[in-house]
Amino acid sequence: MQDRMAAALKGHNADYVEIRIEETESTYLEYRGPDLDNIGRNASLGGNVRALVKGAWGFVSFNEPGDLRKWVELAVAQARLAGKESSALAPVDPVQDIVEPVLKASPASVELAHKKALLDEYNGIILGTPGIQTSNISYGDSQKKVIFVSSEGTRIQQGKVDVSARFTAMARDGSDVQQCGLSLGSIQDFGVVEGLQAKIADLAKRAVALLKAPTAKGGEYTVVCDPILAGVFAHEAFGHLSESDFVYENDRMRQIMVLGKRFGQPHLNIVDGAAVPGLRGSYKYDDEGVKSTKTYLITEGVLTGRLHSRETAARMGEKPTGNARAMNYQFQPIVRMSNTYIEPGKTAFDEMISDIKEGIYARNWYGGTTSMEMFTFSAGEAYMIRNGKVEEMVRPIVLTGNVFQTLENIDAVGRDLEMSQGGGCGKGGQMPLPVSDGGPHIRIRKCLVGGK
Amino acid sequence: MEEILEKARRVSQWAEVYSVSRQETTAVFEANRLKQVHTRSGSSNALRLAKDGRIGFATANRKDSTQKLVDMALETAAFGATARFEPPSGASYPQVEVYDPGVEAIPIDKMVEIGERLVARIRGASPDILCEASVSKAVFNIAVRNSTGGHSEYKKSIFSFGIEGTLIRGSDMLFVGDGEAACFLQMDPEPVASAVVLQLRRAERLVPAPSGRLPVIFTPEAVAGVLLYPLALAFNGKVVLQGASPLGNKKGQRVFDPRLSIWDDATVPLRAGSRCCDDEAVPCRRNALVENGVVKSFLYDLQTAAMAGVASTGSASRSGGQPRPATSTVVFSHGDTTFEQMVKDVKEGLVVEQLMGATQSNVLSGDFSGNVLLGYKVEGGEIVGRVKDTMVSGNVYEILKELAGIGAERKWVGGTLLAPPLYCSNLAVAVKS
Repeated sequence: MQDRMAAALKGHNADYVEIRIEETESTYLEYRGPDLDNIGRNASLGGNVRALVKGAWGFVSFNEPGDLRKWVELAVAQARLAGKESSALAPVDPVQDIVEPVLKASPASVELAHKKALLDEYNGIILGTPGIQTSNISYGDSQKKVIFVSSEGTRIQQGKVDVSARFTAMARDGSDVQQCGLSLGSIQDFGVVEGLQAKIADLAKRAVALLKAPTAKGGEYTVVCDPILAGVFAHEAFGHLSESDFVYENDRMRQIMVLGKRFGQPHLNIVDGAAVPGLRGSYKYDDEGVKSTKTYLITEGVLTGRLHSRETAARMGEKPTGNARAMNYQFQPIVRMSNTYIEPGKTAFDEMISDIKEGIYARNWYGGTTSMEMFTFSAGEAYMIRNGKVEEMVRPIVLTGNVFQTLENIDAVGRDLEMSQGGGCGKGGQMPLPVSDGGPHIRIRKCLVGGK
Repeated sequence: MEEILEKARRVSQWAEVYSVSRQETTAVFEANRLKQVHTRSGSSNALRLAKDGRIGFATANRKDSTQKLVDMALETAAFGATARFEPPSGASYPQVEVYDPGVEAIPIDKMVEIGERLVARIRGASPDILCEASVSKAVFNIAVRNSTGGHSEYKKSIFSFGIEGTLIRGSDMLFVGDGEAACFLQMDPEPVASAVVLQLRRAERLVPAPSGRLPVIFTPEAVAGVLLYPLALAFNGKVVLQGASPLGNKKGQRVFDPRLSIWDDATVPLRAGSRCCDDEAVPCRRNALVENGVVKSFLYDLQTAAMAGVASTGSASRSGGQPRPATSTVVFSHGDTTFEQMVKDVKEGLVVEQLMGATQSNVLSGDFSGNVLLGYKVEGGEIVGRVKDTMVSGNVYEILKELAGIGAERKWVGGTLLAPPLYCSNLAVAVKS
């Protein structure tokens, strides 16, 4: 296949062309209440050609590769139609490599019967909890082979495995419905979905407890976030701003996001890196064939880096970071995060809450969105903090704020570090892309919390 | 398709194949200029079958994968849900117009022209703005065929364009945008452009937001962004069957404002969510969800309907997996209050166009809480400027129980919702000091 792809690129008549071909097999199971609502398998083949001419891209996706040269010609013609300026791609050395996934336990070698029995057991735990109305469980695994060939001589074949699951327990009292969720994922181990009995039992109990929990009053609080929520903050609030495609053509954004500018206190360090091994967002090469890196976005409170594709790196005169990713062959690579986290600091949890008179301890993730400077994210669990102690449970809260103010307002960074592997990030219609995020406990002063 | 069905039929009680092929071309503008042209083409087959009373399901997109498709479907059937239905055998379908040959025929340079006009018009109103825009055409061929004699196929076109502008002043960012999607060719970008220009004008001044319990006017965009998702879940027959819908036991009861009716109607001609049959070849029809405030019906596919002991409402929809009930084209009734009258009536309050993060709360309960991404302050009956750092929280069912006003003019949002502005008398607004 690689030779056919390379041959199709000969005499392409563009500034740059690449072909990516993917073969995927996946299995999924979904429960709604006691019923196995959806079970299915998928086998697909597809590919794309991306061409660059005079600064503009042509992109063609297909699922019958057939005559590849025909697709190359169409992509080049489309790029030529749009191209009016000059092309820029940060130089990278051509690579020839074959990357096999590093596996502890491959989901593909686990019998469907075993997957079903395991999920049946978890579902039974949720549904058997007094006060629970119903459950939702979705499980999916996939294995992929991706071949990438570029007009610069790069030829890479990468094998990728992914397994993920989400469990939701719903409790109901009259018309009041409350829910709790747990998301997990791995690129190397089916084991992440095994042995979850205790966690799932706890999840169901928390959903029931929420029915009795009061709603926090809206307003400004000192908020302590757990590692999962700290990770959501690192990803949603700050990470997306570090994606250079938002920045490179926007002079004002470039002024806001100028390297060397202080964003937080010296205890704040934020990292993104697909080269950090074994996490859900880890890979060796991105979808432009660029080797992955580990990038310090914030070092000791100061902006020191950002995430790039080859084009954004060239346009900003910086080095590519290997962050151009595509969800599948139907999409072109765009600048995305991989594994994003706040590095641990020095403050113990007890110390962090000791001087809070009235605050909120927010745990677990429910969702999050951002529009550059503003973010909102939802905690799955929340507790009031009163006089230095974690007290009663309240209903899930929504946190919102201006990212720059909030970064400044992080006044304590915990000693622990935990990564959440169940996330799927969405951007530009490409969702869910496997990522991980995490951090230690963090404390944010003056954080706006929605409520009644 | 016939080959798959024939192979599957021989090893199952019944089998059904759903095929879709599509061809899509999009011109993408970034930072005010044309940056990309994409073409996506592809097709896929989904096979569903019943074996020993259980449902199996698989999808594949290779021409040479017929046997694999059948094998995978059989493999999953060993564990699948108990089949409670048989696919429909022949039916008569309503005439629903969803194809305009003009969409397929429009050349790419004409599409680029529409994008250029949109960008030029917005920049004319605000020279420092950075626009992203896209103009897209797509044609789908959809076919459903089963071993019990049912067969339906149709061709559908979608033409859409949209623009998003970002205006940065100091460290303040303003986001505006609008778009259109329908089955027919729409060459005139002016309605979208003027909607965005109006947003820019209303947002020109940044003003301090009020807080407390205040009247809030939701534009049709906010109705789409805040109310539609929780309602779509609550009326989903599957959620009802699960006992998770807050409306599940409210059929026949008045839950909403008596002036409010809501339909799910796939038969509205030339709209993005419209079609003659659903994804199980059941004829589509107009389903009343709410009539004069009373909960009338929920949306069902074949399996869910059989489990609930009712008939399918022609609401089966697929997004990669097995069919599920889903909304198609949602239509709200209109009222008699104009948007201007609503604004005039507000002493101090807000107009909300976009609420960020609204549906990331507990959507089943109807609770929402979001940050105003685009919204304006109303003072003494006039829009005085834009607000930010403002949380609006409430409950969909509390809002819709008693509205202060329902808009007289409705707008299509995203091609799948026709809604008026809604005037809510009393919502919680929290502001960052």
